Amino acid sequence: MAENPTPTPARPRDAAIGTGLGRVLLLVYGIFALSASARALVQISSHFSEAPLAYLLSGFAGLVYIAATVGLAIGGERGRILALVSCSIELLGVLVVGTLSIADAVAFPDDTVWSHYGSGYGYVPLVLPFIGLWWLWRNRPRP
Amino acid sequence: MNGPLSLATIVVALVLGVWYVIRCALNKAPSNTDLWSMLGLGLLVVVLVVVAIVGLFGPDRPADWTTFVGYLITTIAFAPVGVYLARLEPTRWGLLILAVAALTLPVLVLRLQQIAEVTSG
Repeated sequence: MAENPTPTPARPRDAAIGTGLGRVLLLVYGIFALSASARALVQISSHFSEAPLAYLLSGFAGLVYIAATVGLAIGGERGRILALVSCSIELLGVLVVGTLSIADAVAFPDDTVWSHYGSGYGYVPLVLPFIGLWWLWRNRPRP
Repeated sequence: MNGPLSLATIVVALVLGVWYVIRCALNKAPSNTDLWSMLGLGLLVVVLVVVAIVGLFGPDRPADWTTFVGYLITTIAFAPVGVYLARLEPTRWGLLILAVAALTLPVLVLRLQQIAEVTSG
């Protein structure tokens, strides 16, 4: 497909939506944003009282993935901060929830995307924040 | 859920996924064959989903009906969306998009099978 010849408004250089590899990253993040939030929505709407903590956590994880996807996509100063914060929360979340779900199975009777370090999702949730942070580091602003 | 059909879908998706990763590593762009094979996989998924929908009206419908239908919609949309996005990205990364889509499909099919096994019947 031909490049758009008309000059478009300047997009931040580090916006993931602007490069091929970034688009693949966004696709993976988007899949997780979708699956984590859809799962939480079903859990919260159908049987919330069974495991409120796990379901709220699912919902929170979904929101974090959405924020990370948006932040990585738009780039620039605001996008970087949004992505940096959400990827860090993601990393902390998968490590803390992963450890707790193994150590204290009673508190997490139903799975979230971060339980057992994301083993239910092929450990992708464990790898993804590192890739997101790597992306931010790779595209860090240089003087 | 139809066992042999699911298995066929999973095997085809995995083979295609590996194929796309190799082509991406060789720094190719998505060819027409690549895109058509993905649509072929999509067709296989459509058959699988139609069979699953027919099963919904049978005696043992899945207990978690909402989730099952949600997964069905996601599953059927995956291959076409992958092809659409790959066409927007006519570089090696378009192949990686196809690979991600192809490698996610087996997971979706397995999840569908899991949900279908818990029947309310």
